[in-house]
Amino acid sequence: MSEVAILNPTTSRGVNTNTTPVAPLLDADRKPLTKKEVSADHPTWCPGCGDFAVLALYFKLIERRKLQHEKITTVAGIGCSSRFPYFVQAHGAHYIHGRALPFASGVSLSRPDLQVCVFGGDGDAFSIGGNHFTHTARKNVRLTYVVMDNSVYGLTKNQTSPTSPIGFKSKTDIWGSKDRPINPIKQAISAGATFVARTTATSPNHVLAMMEAAMDHDGFSFIQCLSECVEFYPGAFDAAIPRKGGVFNEIPKEHDVTDEYASYKLADTEWPGLFGVFYKTQRATKNANEQSIIDDLQGKSAGLEPWQILKKNFDRMK
Amino acid sequence: MSTAASPQSSPKISKISEAVIRIAGNSQDGIQAIGGFLARLAGRSEQEVMTFMTIPSTISGGPSIFQVRIGSGEVLSAGDEADMLLAFYDHSYKAHLSSLKPGGIVIYDSDHMKAEDISEENLTKYRHVGVPISSLTVEAIGGTGRDKGKNVFSLGLLAKMFDLNVTKLTRLLTERFTGKDPKVAETALNAFNAGYNYQLATAPELFQFNPGENVGLSQVVMSGNEALAYGLIAAGVRFGAGYPITPWTDIMELLRRELPKYGGSFQQCEDEIASISMAIGASWGGRVAVTGSSGPGISLKTEALGWAVMAEMPLIVVDIQRGGPSTGMPTSIEQSDLNIACFGGHGDSPRVVIAPSSVEDCFYTAIEAVNIARKYSTPVVILSDQGIATRIEAFKEPDLQNIVQDISPDLTPVTDHKPYDLSAPDGITRHLAPGTRIASGKYPVVTGLEHDELGHPTGSAKLHVQMVAKRRNKLKKLASELPVPVVYGAAEGQILLVSWGSSQGPVQEAVKLSRAAGHAVSAVHIKYIHPLPPGLDNIFAGFSHVFVVELNDEGFAGIGQMGALIRTYIPDAKIRGITKTDGLTWKVKDIVDRALQMAK
Repeated sequence: MSEVAILNPTTSRGVNTNTTPVAPLLDADRKPLTKKEVSADHPTWCPGCGDFAVLALYFKLIERRKLQHEKITTVAGIGCSSRFPYFVQAHGAHYIHGRALPFASGVSLSRPDLQVCVFGGDGDAFSIGGNHFTHTARKNVRLTYVVMDNSVYGLTKNQTSPTSPIGFKSKTDIWGSKDRPINPIKQAISAGATFVARTTATSPNHVLAMMEAAMDHDGFSFIQCLSECVEFYPGAFDAAIPRKGGVFNEIPKEHDVTDEYASYKLADTEWPGLFGVFYKTQRATKNANEQSIIDDLQGKSAGLEPWQILKKNFDRMK
Repeated sequence: MSTAASPQSSPKISKISEAVIRIAGNSQDGIQAIGGFLARLAGRSEQEVMTFMTIPSTISGGPSIFQVRIGSGEVLSAGDEADMLLAFYDHSYKAHLSSLKPGGIVIYDSDHMKAEDISEENLTKYRHVGVPISSLTVEAIGGTGRDKGKNVFSLGLLAKMFDLNVTKLTRLLTERFTGKDPKVAETALNAFNAGYNYQLATAPELFQFNPGENVGLSQVVMSGNEALAYGLIAAGVRFGAGYPITPWTDIMELLRRELPKYGGSFQQCEDEIASISMAIGASWGGRVAVTGSSGPGISLKTEALGWAVMAEMPLIVVDIQRGGPSTGMPTSIEQSDLNIACFGGHGDSPRVVIAPSSVEDCFYTAIEAVNIARKYSTPVVILSDQGIATRIEAFKEPDLQNIVQDISPDLTPVTDHKPYDLSAPDGITRHLAPGTRIASGKYPVVTGLEHDELGHPTGSAKLHVQMVAKRRNKLKKLASELPVPVVYGAAEGQILLVSWGSSQGPVQEAVKLSRAAGHAVSAVHIKYIHPLPPGLDNIFAGFSHVFVVELNDEGFAGIGQMGALIRTYIPDAKIRGITKTDGLTWKVKDIVDRALQMAK
C-alpha cells in the first residue's frame, strides 16, 4: 500500500453550514454586544445562586471590552458552574469533569488569537482537576480561570468538596468533615500562577475589576470567586458579606503583589480572608516560549514549503 | 544461503538473494546501531530490508537482539531462521543458537567464549567462526581498555562476509558520527576498518548479494514510529500532546522536535488525560490534532475519547500496542488493544480504528486517519504495535510535493451554522473553528451532554435516539465508502488467512510457503478495522476455512479480538482464530503448521 486511499476533503465546511458570503464588517463598524445578544440559554442554576452574578458580570465585561461573539471562547468542565458556556452566546465548549484547563490550554496554544476564559467549580478545579491546576499554572499558559467556589458539590447534591471547611456536614460527612480544606490562593501561588486574585459574587464591582485585571494579564490568571450555593451550603460566605454582618476586607494598598512570600502569608489571613489581587508577576508564558522555538526553527527553513522541509528530513534517511 | 561446508583453504564466494542476520548481545552494545546501518545500506543499495529487535524493559543492560533481513526480492517478514548469528557473549550464543538454520554460520567473540567449550553436536550442526572481537576493537580504537566500538568492528566483519558496499557504509558511518568531536567519526572508521580487514581465513564461506530489483528507485529507511510521525506532519497535523510511555514515546519526541519547523508544537503534558484533552482543545481550535500512547495510557484516555465521539470532534489517537494488561510486557509485541480501540469507553461510542501493516503503511495510514477524521468529524485511532513501531524498513520515497496537505482552519464568516444538523443530507457533523463569525448571532457549543443541533443540552429521548443514530450512521457511510479488501492469492480455496496490522507480512509469506507445498491457501488483510469494510462475506464465501491470525489471546470463546469482531458482522462458525501471546512476531512456519492442522 503506497498511496493515500482516502483523500483529504476539499473543505472542512459541510452542507450544514450556510456559506452564503457574509459582507465583511470592520471591527470598528460593529457595535458592542448587548446583554441580550450575548446571552444564550437561560441558566439552569437555582434561584439565588451566586453564579448568576458571575455570569452577568462576564456579560458586562464583554460589553465593556467591546468583544465580538467570535472572539470569545468559553470553556468549562463539569459541575453547576461549569454549565456556563451554554449561557453565553459565543463559541463554547463544555468538556469533561476536571479537564477544562488542558482542553483550554490546547485552544490557547494552538490559537493564540483567541481570548480563552475557563469557568468551573471547586471540585472540578481542586479535586478531580487538581493535577491540571498545578501544571497549567506553572507553565503559565495564557488564559483566564475563574473558579466559582461554593465549598460543596452542588450538582450531585451535597457532598464534601476540597474547600469545605472542617466541621462541614454533608451527605458524605454526616458527622462533619475532618479533612483540612485546600487554600486555593496558596495553592495557586505555590504552583506558579502569575496572577492570583480572590473575590466574592456578592461584590459585583469587585468581581468585574478582578476579571478585567485577569483578562489584561499576559499569562495564567486565576480568580477564586466565592459563590454561594443557596441549596446545599446557605450562608457559607456570610462572614464576607457586610449586609449580613460580615466584613469584606480588601488587600491592603501597600501590599507588594510581586512579593511571593508576602502574598502567600496574606492568603493565610483568618476566615473570611482578604479580597483583591494577591500576587501578580510577569513571567514568559508557555505561548511565548513555544512561539520563540517556532520562530527560531522556522527562521532556519525560511522560504521553504512544508513538503520541502519534510523532504530535507527524508533525504537524510536515504 | 544454504551451501555445504567447504573444505577449501580460501573461502569461496556464494551468490545469494537474501540473508537473515541476527546480532545478539546486551542492550548497551549498540547492536541496534549496526542493524540500523545495515538497513540503511540496504535502502541505499536498492534492496528490500526488514528488521526485528527485542529490547529489555530494564533501564540499562539486559540481553537484546537485532535481526535484519536483507533481500534482492520482496521481503515481507523479518525471517523465521537466521543464516548468520553474531554472538557477543556466551549467553547470547546459548540463547540464540537455536534461531540459526542448520549449516548456518555463527561468529562468536572468542574473548568471551572458548572454542573448546563448544559442543561436538553444535560444531556438527553449525559453522563456527571465532573472532576476538573485544580485544581487536580495543586495539583498533587506541587501547582505551573499553570495547565500546565493537558494534562497528562487527559491522566491518559483516561487510567483509557479505561483500557490502564499503564506500556507502563509510559514508553512513561518517554521517552518523560526525558531530562536535571529529575524533568520534575517526574512531568509528578505525573500528570499522579493523573489522573489515580482519583476516577471515577461518570463514567457511563469503557471500555476495545479487543486485536488487528496485533499481532506480529512491528509497528512504526509517522505523514505523518515524514513518507514522512524518505521516502526521505530511497530513497537516501541527499540534499534538502526549505523555511518555514505551513504545509510543519516540513519536512524541520526534513531533516535539519537528513540528515547530512547520509553525506547530507538541506538548508534553502532566498526564495522559491532559494530553488527550489538550489535543481535543486544539482540534476544536480548527486543525486536527494528535495524541497517543500505549497500553495503560490508552485506558486513561478513554473518557476523553468518549467526549470526542459525543461532541463529534476530529482527533487522532495513536496506540502503539504492547503486551498487556496493565503494565504487562512493555517491550513485547501484542495486538491486544483492538477491543479498547474499538469499544473502550462507556455508552455507545462509535469511532474509527485503522491499523498500519508495515513501516511504509504507517506513513500513509497517518494521512488517511487525518482525512477520515476531517471528513467524518470523528476521532480516529491508529492501532500500530511494538513490532512495526521499532522495526526498520526501506521503502519508496513518497511523492512529498503531491502528498503533503494543508489543513489550516477556515475562519471565513458564515451566515448561519448548526454543527449537529439532523437534516444534513450527508448526515455528517461539521464544526466551525472558534474565531469564525456567524452572522445570525447564534453560536454553537461543543459538549459531552446529549444535545440539540446547536450543541445545547437536551433531555429529550427523541433527540437522543436521533443523535445516537446520527453518530452511528455517519460511520456506516464511511464503511460503505471504504475500499473492498483484496485477496492475496487465489480467490477460492481451502483456507483463507485473515491478517491485520503487523501480521500482514508473515501471513502473506505463509500463503507463499503453503501454496508452494500445494495447499490452497490465500489471505486477506484488513486495514480498516472499525467499521469493517464491505465485501468480506463475499470473500469468505470462497473458502472452507477462515482463520484470523493475530497476536492476542483466544479468550473465553476461543477466538482472538479481531476474529470476534468479524464474527459480529459475519456469524459463521468457519471463522476461527490463530492466536499467540509470546510477545514475539509471527514465524511463518508456525502460521502454516497451525492453519493446516486446524483445517484437517
